[in-house]
Amino acid sequence: MDFLNAIILLLNYIFVPALTYGSQLALGAIFVTLIYGILRFANFATGDMMAFGTMVTILITWYFQSIGISLGVLPTALLAIPFAIIFMIGYMLFIDKFVFRYYRVNKSPPVQLAMVSIGVMFVTQAVVRIIIGPSDRRFFDGERFIIKAGEVKEMTGLNEGLAIKSSQVMTIFITLVLVSILFWFLNKTKTGKSMRAYSDNEDLALLSGIDPKRVVMITWIIAGILATIGGALYGLDKSFKPFTYFNNMLPIFAAAIVGGIGNPFGAFLGGYVIAFSEIFLTYAYKKFFMYVLPASMEPESLVQLLSTDYKFAVSFSILVIVLLYRPNGIFKGKVL
Amino acid sequence: MRKHLNVIIAYTIMLGLIVLVGIFQSWNVALSIFNMCLISAVMTMGANIQWGYAGLINFGLMGYAALGGLAAVLISVDPVQEAWVAGGFNILMCLWLIVVMVFAVRFVLKNFEKSKIRTYGIAAIIIAGIVIIRITSEPSIEAIESVNPATTGFLGGLGLPIVFSWIVGAFFAAGLAFIVGKVALGLRADYLAIATLLISEIVIAIIKHEDWLTRGVKNVIGLDRPVPYEVELQTKEWFINLVAKFNSGKLDLMTSIADKQATLNQLVIEGSSVFVKLCYSGLFLIVVVVLLIITQKALYSPWGRMMRAIRDNEEAANAMGKNVVKQHLLIFILGSAIVGIAGAMLVTQDGLFTPGSYRPMRYTFLIWVMVIVGGSGNNFGAILGGFAVWFLWIEAAPIAFFLINLFTAGLADTHAFKIHLIESVPYFRYLMMGMGLLLIMRYRPKGILPEKIEIK
Repeated sequence: MDFLNAIILLLNYIFVPALTYGSQLALGAIFVTLIYGILRFANFATGDMMAFGTMVTILITWYFQSIGISLGVLPTALLAIPFAIIFMIGYMLFIDKFVFRYYRVNKSPPVQLAMVSIGVMFVTQAVVRIIIGPSDRRFFDGERFIIKAGEVKEMTGLNEGLAIKSSQVMTIFITLVLVSILFWFLNKTKTGKSMRAYSDNEDLALLSGIDPKRVVMITWIIAGILATIGGALYGLDKSFKPFTYFNNMLPIFAAAIVGGIGNPFGAFLGGYVIAFSEIFLTYAYKKFFMYVLPASMEPESLVQLLSTDYKFAVSFSILVIVLLYRPNGIFKGKVL
Repeated sequence: MRKHLNVIIAYTIMLGLIVLVGIFQSWNVALSIFNMCLISAVMTMGANIQWGYAGLINFGLMGYAALGGLAAVLISVDPVQEAWVAGGFNILMCLWLIVVMVFAVRFVLKNFEKSKIRTYGIAAIIIAGIVIIRITSEPSIEAIESVNPATTGFLGGLGLPIVFSWIVGAFFAAGLAFIVGKVALGLRADYLAIATLLISEIVIAIIKHEDWLTRGVKNVIGLDRPVPYEVELQTKEWFINLVAKFNSGKLDLMTSIADKQATLNQLVIEGSSVFVKLCYSGLFLIVVVVLLIITQKALYSPWGRMMRAIRDNEEAANAMGKNVVKQHLLIFILGSAIVGIAGAMLVTQDGLFTPGSYRPMRYTFLIWVMVIVGGSGNNFGAILGGFAVWFLWIEAAPIAFFLINLFTAGLADTHAFKIHLIESVPYFRYLMMGMGLLLIMRYRPKGILPEKIEIK
């Protein structure tokens, strides 16, 4: 019985939250990695683009709520996401046309494009804050929990309850579906293959008649989809605050590089690597050992490897170690 | 003379703008903008050395600035005797352990051939070291933090004059830059940017949460000043006379003694804070001028030419027998040290150290905007960038306010849209920075004052 308690404890406090957080990071990391692989620059506006997509989702959700449309137990935001995606794709293509295209055509060095993306970051951040304000916003409606801690306790008679939020299940489910479609698209369709070819060797791809404009446009469209869904899922699960989104850019970068930048599958797994290690290393295992070990061996301290204050620092340290030992990431990405 | 015409014009306009603020807003505001401009100028010089001279991207400026600030605390605060008694010995032991650990790793690195076993051995040494350090330090950290936590709760510093911290801050930042440079300098440009950004976040996390050293988010307030305090100045005879002399024309016009006294008192209070700011300006100007002379000399020395050669063509420089890796590390350390000085100056001016306020937006990206806008590779450009961007950063809100009122003049003051816009005035500065950066990158990619290579 104690053993079951311990497992449920870990599931509740480590596994489910880490899987959710990892999915959110993974979507962002694929976004970063695609832009890096095909457009060849580190996009520092990632976090703020996601914030922008989420903001549009929230605005549309509010509109739907005001005219009385809802999805019942599901949050209204799910209905708003497709519209937000359309808007977001327009935004991405707009930015590409008026900002990034000039440098791409002129074959500017990647550093210059990264600097330009900082300009985009400033502008996007300002627009988001001017439109919706810097404060915390919750836009989740519908049924909050799928499994409630109290019910589990009653049903099984265990000490530990398992609580699963519907936003967590939604996040994991949508991420898996989206990522599967994306990989199918990249690996099986002609357009996806042409994108991979372009990422691998631009000149050869051009020689084989791949249209670079089309590849770039499709990349931005996918980026818009990923940014909106990734941002909206994070906002549904936690809450929407522009500053948090800006900060999330850092673990997202870490995930993309750990997974091998330019490699979408690596970025996907990298998100989970970062999320799990953050939560594993900062969780206090005292209660877990109380269940597993006999009473005489119970630990006195919290058995916490690192204080939760260092949550972000963990992912960055992993990144530094990976950069030191495997500079092209755990799963081979582009050689640096 | 003609060659430097654009520099002179740009600086005249910039100073003219600050003087205009002095005339229309107040001299107090103008001087505080001027002081922050000087500090920003030091930071941009640091970034410019790395980016403009050598082409290295350092997005970790925030971390070095914070370390400089930490130096100001550790130098100027009086030592907390009780805390040292409570846990000082253990902390020193831990420092010693860290040194031992580093030497053990170095020993293994030097004496064993590269292999998997060596890698695991090093990992084992580091993990064991961290565990031992945590076990020894934990009780003493708790003891230190429980010494009078409302006012101290940390070890304090050395109790020396705070100006020394400007040099110590440089050394702190240089030390960090050495470690970061060893780890990350081999990476390609944009990876270096990301890696330095993330490492600086780690540094901030440590400064924020190691309360025994820095008081963490409880902040350190009331640091010593290198300049007189306003309250003391207001009671000094010579200062009152000075203010009276300066404003004699205005005072002579008044007839009643009581009126005269009241006006004089008011003027003394205003004058004291202007005087304090002027003292800071003097100190900061010395730093800026000294650094400018050194960096200009370096830029046009054989060493500067070598750095530019490395920047423009690494392989060729390498083939000519220049040690690119070593020079990169050197310039990374030098630039970071200058940013450390700026960090210490900033904390000195504010008189308080708030680890929570170190955010990449303000201390990394804004400084980079300054470098790019001003003109990378040109020290005068970098300083001008620091001035112009900081000026805009502060004056963005009034400008935005003016523009909003202008464009929504047709709407009533109670209109929801207008109220919303006016409430979000503070965020227009981000918009201006972003637009400024994008426009400069597009139409004047070398900045306002571009780099000029002179062959003398």
